Amino acid sequence: MIRVTVGLALLILGSTCGEIAITHGMKSVGEPARLRPRAVLQFLGRAVRNGWFWTGVPLMALSFYALLLLLSWEPISLVIPASALSYVAGTLGAKFILGEDVSTARWAGVILVCVGVALVAAG
Amino acid sequence: MASEKRLRIKTLVMVFAMVVCANAGDLLLKYGMTQIGAVELTPHGLSQAFWQSVRSPTIWLAIFFLIGFMVSYMTVLSWADYSYVMPAGAAGYAVLTFLAVIFLHESVSPRRWVGVVLICVGVLLVGQTKPRTTEVPTEVTA
Repeated sequence: MIRVTVGLALLILGSTCGEIAITHGMKSVGEPARLRPRAVLQFLGRAVRNGWFWTGVPLMALSFYALLLLLSWEPISLVIPASALSYVAGTLGAKFILGEDVSTARWAGVILVCVGVALVAAG
Repeated sequence: MASEKRLRIKTLVMVFAMVVCANAGDLLLKYGMTQIGAVELTPHGLSQAFWQSVRSPTIWLAIFFLIGFMVSYMTVLSWADYSYVMPAGAAGYAVLTFLAVIFLHESVSPRRWVGVVLICVGVLLVGQTKPRTTEVPTEVTA
């Protein structure tokens, strides 16, 4: 029970923290001037030299590793629905760490998506 | 406001690209690995699986789409909110269910249909909100 809880915590926090770090990195890199291959490549060049990007990638790798471990312990119909909680964790992170303005409509949408993904994943 | 509309359109286009690439990548990866067969968890089995996957065009196509996903994800996050992009990306689950019904003639449980409806309503709700609520640095001109 403890190892499953720790595994789920690593799965959810790893992907959430990783994606928040990457979002912060991309915001500080600044958007491509235009959506043309050349400008996007230049953007990617700046992105891979950003420290936050390289903070996020290992956290996401950690989350993926936790997923593999969990899948070897528990049935997929439990693991994937539980991982849907990362929608709520991500929204909390976006609000309190990234300072995004999460309106009531957005919260309602996130909760519906979270429950919906859990139901779809449960089959 | 024109720029507001432009922001919304380019965000939706990138989220669409993200969803298409992620689903195409996952499906191709699954298809490619099924062709290779169950991997034995021994040093020999793993190295055999590695060389088989390196030679598989399906796996390379899958990797191409997954890179496309990562690029579109990073790009859209450079201007849009994480709390907008993340739930919007869940539209993929709904799309996959429709594809499974139409092309694979899979039967879908009522519980899963309820989930699909909730995702669709949730994504529409999030889609109504402003894609960007934080200040971002002025555009870097190339």
